[in-house]
This record gives sequence, C-alpha cells and structure tokens, in this order.
Amino acid sequence: MAELRLKDWRELAPGGAVVPAEAPRPYTGGWRTGLKPSVAIEGCVNCLLCWLHCPDSAIRLDGTVFAGFDYDFCKGCEICAAVCPVGVIEMVAEETELSENGARQ
Amino acid sequence: MRTLELLTGGAAVAQAMRQIDPDVVPVYPITPQTPIIQRFASYVANGVAHTELVDVESEHSAMSAAIGASLAGARTMTATSSQGLALMAEVVYIAASMRAPVVMALGNRALSGPINIHCDHSDSMLIRDSGVVQLFAENAQEAYDLTLIAPRLAEHPEVLLPVLVCLDGFTITHSAEPVALLPDGAVSEFVGEYEVPYAMLDLRNPSTHGPFAMPDYYYELRRAQTAAQEAVLGVFPALAGEFAVLSGRDYGLVEAYRLDDAERAIVALGSTAGTVKDVVDDLRDEGEPVGLLKIVAFRPFPALEAAAALEGVARVAVLDRADSPGGCPPLHAEVAAALYGSGAALEGHVYGLGGRDLHPGEIREVFAGAAPAYIGLRGEPWPV
Repeated sequence: MAELRLKDWRELAPGGAVVPAEAPRPYTGGWRTGLKPSVAIEGCVNCLLCWLHCPDSAIRLDGTVFAGFDYDFCKGCEICAAVCPVGVIEMVAEETELSENGARQ
Repeated sequence: MRTLELLTGGAAVAQAMRQIDPDVVPVYPITPQTPIIQRFASYVANGVAHTELVDVESEHSAMSAAIGASLAGARTMTATSSQGLALMAEVVYIAASMRAPVVMALGNRALSGPINIHCDHSDSMLIRDSGVVQLFAENAQEAYDLTLIAPRLAEHPEVLLPVLVCLDGFTITHSAEPVALLPDGAVSEFVGEYEVPYAMLDLRNPSTHGPFAMPDYYYELRRAQTAAQEAVLGVFPALAGEFAVLSGRDYGLVEAYRLDDAERAIVALGSTAGTVKDVVDDLRDEGEPVGLLKIVAFRPFPALEAAAALEGVARVAVLDRADSPGGCPPLHAEVAAALYGSGAALEGHVYGLGGRDLHPGEIREVFAGAAPAYIGLRGEPWPV
C-alpha cells in the first residue's frame, strides 16, 4: 500500500486528475464487520452474479472464471451470498480458516 | 496573397471555427452570439467542417457537454452571451477547475434586468473570478485572430484552461468589416493536433476526473488553477509572436496606442478602444499629449504590462462598461491596483451599459477631465 502523503500544489495533475499509478490502495477490508464470505468452490456455476453485484470489486476472476474473494477490499456486506443462485457462498466468522481464495476446506 | 472578405465579427469567428475544425461543438443559441453558431452549423451541414455539433437544451448543458468532450480527448468549442453565460456560470467554474481547454466565443451583452440584448461587459464580469481566460477583441479582425490563437493558448500544457474570446455584441458580432483570412492549411498547421495530458478515452491509461476535494486538497487545487492563469502572461505573448509571423498582425496582453509621451490616457476594453483611437488621433493632431491603453487580456490581468505602458502618464481615466453596485467597477479596480504607488491621478467612469453609445465628444470630455462618473447618463450632472 502506498504511503499517504499530502502533495503540495505544484505536484498535482491538472484539475486533480487521478491516475492508477499515483492512487493509494488503502486496505478497506479492515472495515469489515464480523462475517466474511466463503465458498464451496466445486459447486460454483460461474454465473458471475456475485462479481456483478459486489459493490467493492472484491470478487476475483481468472479470466471469466470465478476465483474467490479479495479480502483486502471485502466489507462483509453479504450481497454475494444473497445473490448466489446455487447457494455455495456462505458468510462465516472472521476467524474461520479458509483457503487463500476463500474456499471452505 | 491574403484574402480580404467583408464579414461581421460573428461570421469571422465562424470562419475561424471552420478553419480550426473542432471535434465537438455543443451549443445553444442566444442573441447576439447566434450568427456565430448559425453560420458554423451551416458549415457542418454542408460538410466543410467535420464537427460533432451537439444541439443541447441549455447553456448549462452546453458547457457540461463541452467539459466531457474536451477531457475525453476532443478539441471543443462553444459560444454564448449574457443570460446564456449566467445560466452556464456554475459549469464555467467547473470547466476551469477541471482544466478543460474549451474555447468559447462570448458575444458580450448586458445581463438582465431589465432585459436587454445590447452590449456591455456585465456578462464577462459575472465570471471574472471563475478561472477562465478572457481576451477582448476590438473589431472583427481581432475576433478572428484571437479565436485562432485561443486553442493553442487553452491547450498549452502550462495553461489548460477555458479561453473566452469576447466580442462586443452587435458592435462587433453584427457589424461587417473587411477581414483578412488566413489560408485553411495555415490555420490547421498553426493549431495542430489536440492533446491533453489525461484523455478519458485513452483506455490504456485510465484516469479519474473531477474528484471530490476536501479541506486537505481544495486549497492546493485552487492555487494550481491560479498558477495556470499566471502562466498565460508568458504563453500568450509567445503564441502571439508565432501568429504574427504567420499573419503579420501582432498582439500583446495590452496594446499601448500613442502612449510614449502621453500625459493623459484612457484605459478601455473591446470595441470602445477603436473609437478612443480615433479621438486620440484627432487630439494628437491638435497637439494634445493623449493616448490609449487597450486591455486585450482581462483575465489574467497583465498588471505589470499595464503599469509599464502607463509609466509617466500623469492622468489615467478608466472606462468600465460594467458597474459594480456598491463597489469599484472591475476594470477600474484592476488598473488602480496596477498603478498603486505610481503617483498617477486615476479616475473611473462607467459608460455604455445596455448598449448606450459612447460618442467621440464624450471621450474628448474624458480627456479634458470634464466627464461625469456615469458617461452618457441622463441626469448625471457631476464631473468626477
């Protein structure tokens, strides 16, 4: 994560335009409240409704294949679990041990 | 060989726009700007301009669309007047703060109320502090020339600001004069390709524009915007020099007319400068040491250049075609600040509101120190 340093007025892009290289990537997953999503990944049908609905772009894809959760950005809102048509996403306690991609072991 | 055509100021600006051939022109008609866009629209309809002309539903929308187009990577121009500018004003500030290099012709017209369609500079002064560059033309030729210089100025990497070319409503927009046009190819070459640092449609280099700026950044962004205005003081003379090589017509931030040994001078904006020049010539023939300082760039205001041009002038009279109720009229305030400490005796006059004519005899009265504070106003008995 880039260090947050306030720029002086000469360092700013015209109009305050923001480009990815200069934008900090704060760890907003730290705001998550209690539960986190997990997945029984073998039952996933790759409909990508979770990816479409996630308000924080915290669903990872491998090309067009569901590849789990990005916990650096997930806020625990539960929308993915609610929209999953095959019910393989379940919210679990924060301390539950999961695979790196959020698959239940 | 240079081409001379009999054109109104509005038609001359439309010709300049055709030669610049901008990518996008979002516009809403309003008197006295309408002849500009009417003629330009016919160029587009006839295929001699290759512009996406967007008929929007208001001036607020015109400038909103212009910002989007300009930041997306399209050279963008528009035009307005008076109430149109007033409606657009909110977005004019945003165009400047987003550093969108939109070029706009402003047919100067009095603001309501009472409603009026004729010339004064109250519309320009409404957006005085918006951050946009304002260049004032004296006649149709200057309106044409400044319109050609404007895209280069707006798009200069140190500037990146909207540039307004201000031409007096009716006096310039609707009066036909011989105008020397440059060849189309020379204009294309002079204006070059449009380039902005972070074009939104450059998908390989994504960028976010118009971010929310809290107390930790708003102040810095405003300061950067002021610096862009300050940069115009250096960039405009350089571009004008390049334009002079091309056209033989030379522009400065100010024009000093017979000021070298002048003891009395008038400072004015726009078409009035032409009338004052005639009076100066007559008075010079009569042996009077008088001159004119014409302000071409009102924003940024070239204070140092104005002070240098007026050095040694004992009496300076500033003519404002806009009032500031309860305060000092805008041009007077600028000149007073520029001349502070110089020892020159300064006086200010308001004239010409709502299209009231300014007669040569009244300009003579100003030079004679016998003009009232409000020139040409019925019931104005007091000299300054």
